Amino acid sequence: MTPRQRRAALVGGMAAGIAAAAAFAFLAIGENMLWFFTPSQLAAEGPPPGNRIRLGGLVVEGSVRRRPGALEVRFDLADRAAAVTVAYRGLLPDLFREGQGIVALGRIDADGVLQAEEVLAKHDETYMPPAIAESMREANATERAGAPTVRP
Amino acid sequence: MIPELGHFALILALLTALVLAVAPFAGAVRSDPRWMAMAPSAAAGLFVFHLLAFACLAWAFAANDFSVLYVAMNSNVLLPLHYRIAAVWGAHEGSLLLWSLILSGWTLAVAARSRSLPREVSARVLAVLGFIAVGFLCFMLFTSNPFARLLPAAIEGRDLNPLLQDIGLIVHPPVLYMGYVGLAVPFAFAVAALAEGRVDAAWTRWTRPWTTIAWTFLTLGIAGGSWWAYYELGWGGWWFWDPVENASFIPWLAATALIHSLAVAEKRDTFKAWTVLLAIFGFSLSLLGTFIVRSGVLVSVHAFANDPERGVFILAFLGLVVGGALALYAWRAGRLAGGGRFAVFSRETMLLANNVLLTVAAAAVLLGTLYPLLMDSLGLGQISVGRPYFDRIFVPLMVPLAGLVALGMLARWKRDRAARLAPLLGVVLAAAAAGGIAAALLAHSAAAALGAGLALWIAGSTVRSIVERVRRPRDLLRLPRGVMGMSLAHVGFAVTLTGVCFVSVLEVEQVVRLAPGDSVEVAGHDFRFEGVHDAAGPNYRARRAEIVVTRKGRPVARLAPEKRTYAGQAQQMTEAGIDPGFTRDLYAALGEPLGGGAWSVRLHYKPFVRWIWLGAILMAIGGALAASDHRYRRRAATGGIRDPLRALLGGEGAAPGAERP
Repeated sequence: MTPRQRRAALVGGMAAGIAAAAAFAFLAIGENMLWFFTPSQLAAEGPPPGNRIRLGGLVVEGSVRRRPGALEVRFDLADRAAAVTVAYRGLLPDLFREGQGIVALGRIDADGVLQAEEVLAKHDETYMPPAIAESMREANATERAGAPTVRP
Repeated sequence: MIPELGHFALILALLTALVLAVAPFAGAVRSDPRWMAMAPSAAAGLFVFHLLAFACLAWAFAANDFSVLYVAMNSNVLLPLHYRIAAVWGAHEGSLLLWSLILSGWTLAVAARSRSLPREVSARVLAVLGFIAVGFLCFMLFTSNPFARLLPAAIEGRDLNPLLQDIGLIVHPPVLYMGYVGLAVPFAFAVAALAEGRVDAAWTRWTRPWTTIAWTFLTLGIAGGSWWAYYELGWGGWWFWDPVENASFIPWLAATALIHSLAVAEKRDTFKAWTVLLAIFGFSLSLLGTFIVRSGVLVSVHAFANDPERGVFILAFLGLVVGGALALYAWRAGRLAGGGRFAVFSRETMLLANNVLLTVAAAAVLLGTLYPLLMDSLGLGQISVGRPYFDRIFVPLMVPLAGLVALGMLARWKRDRAARLAPLLGVVLAAAAAGGIAAALLAHSAAAALGAGLALWIAGSTVRSIVERVRRPRDLLRLPRGVMGMSLAHVGFAVTLTGVCFVSVLEVEQVVRLAPGDSVEVAGHDFRFEGVHDAAGPNYRARRAEIVVTRKGRPVARLAPEKRTYAGQAQQMTEAGIDPGFTRDLYAALGEPLGGGAWSVRLHYKPFVRWIWLGAILMAIGGALAASDHRYRRRAATGGIRDPLRALLGGEGAAPGAERP
């Protein structure tokens, strides 16, 4: 091979490698990305294929229930328009509280209950998932109640 | 009064930075020695003003001056003094001040060491650093002033986020920022080289130690952050592929690639344009990380749109710095071509493969980090890209990288033959295979086998490459520090790899309900729950559990996980109970009371988790050793060959002919 051919082969090989890596990366993203839903979006659109989602909402006051002595806890996540029941077997995060905005990650089962693998409550106690804040603002616009303030 | 003094010091720092950014550069262009001579004193002034501003903010925290908004938001009378001082960098404004202070520290260090550099080079390098300082000082003064007053003053502060009240806050941010900001130095060298239009072996020798030192700090900072998250968050995880973590990891990958390509550029005078590009990317990625972390875009792109001032400023600055550097690169890179040729099987090729793998890894992590932000800002919906993506993309890149370490160390420059290496590496390969099989039999896991095999392969080939270099044992101490450092860092890589692999595959986690007197077995250890009692700290109350761990009837450890409630805030905090060990950690976190004295408890058995950080410490020691190699000092002195008169007059020894072959 002449040096020019060798260089062309090298450049071509690297371009092919980078293209393969990029294709692989986008494929991996497509397979592993999780869509974020609010309870009203879930009610309107239904769960996506595979049923695995992240669901954000406010923990409904008085909805946290646990059979005495059992580990599994159930609670309702809601925005102003809809509510979804979440079941979780594990330790709730420190910031979990009724009325608090949280995100649950898991699958929707046949009964429409989110079987959570992970429950996240982030940042400080005034935190609310931004999408929730937005959907609450929309709901509030019709209800004419004061929109919740969001402090990121 | 003191806060105003701090504010004033920041303004003076900005003016000094403006002088530093303009005068020496203009001097270098016009070959005016008087203008260039302003650089060192301006660099010193920049550092002094920064230090003054920083001291003023620290004083405001120490004196509980709640008329300063930033202090009122992040401190409290009850907060112990060492946390009040560390709270200086506990939130946005103060951490920017720390960023800027560290940049001025690096600038001063470059100025102090610049006597061995040609005047034009040091003038340009310092001017670029000054320009970056201008950007950050403007950002601070116009959008995020840490000295803004709160009138009327608050009576009591809001307290520091309890998550941050930990030794980790005192150590982690400064170390991480040293690395993050340190990448500005190779960046400045790269821009200076482009402005001058030449990259030679002397340039790589000046750039190498700075890059290695910054990389060392970055390594320690990332590992420290991982360790902190591990014991403080109470989830038992050591890496979350969280955007904030990625923001520091992406520049680390680029810096690691840069260290390797600098080696080729120095020894073989090739890869020069690529090396300069990597130096630009390294710092650009650390600026991008700053943008991701500091603009509010992480909470949501909407939050970014709601408070656009900060984000838009950093984005514009990022565009200016990166765009400017890349434009300069496009203009001048053509002049950097040339250099030694090499065969397909040679050390150059191995290091090229190293660079390709590390760059692709950095790009893949960057893609996963930015993709959700991009989707959201385009209104395509909110998604998250979690651990499965990163694991899937990262592991296939790290396996060949680990495999190539051996060839990179043992292959010869220019041209080598596989037939020469085969007998050298045969024993190592056999040992690695044996280790892998042993791990497979013990752990019943292919992944653990692969990890153990690769780790032994790296460690074994490192030993082999040292044996190649020394004839007698006492030669060991005479090895150049660069070689020692490289070997140690590679062993560190093997150690971290072992830890990551074993803890990911073999970890055992159980969430259980435990009443006093109950016990549960996790991975051969008996955890007995003795109940929960009240305890108190300086500014918190706690519920503390006692868990006694025994193994085959013999006591092993007592764990005391806590649930804390801090005075200033309603927030609760989980404090994990950990029994650290060389080959395993036992980890307990307290959940909630389930009635009748019973609690939900999460128990972990984490084999080899400490090896992750131990390996990082070895890498950092390796980096420090390599950066202190004598030849940088000696050759730095001969860097003035382009100014032979000065080299003679300076009398710093070492004629050019004395270079090590």
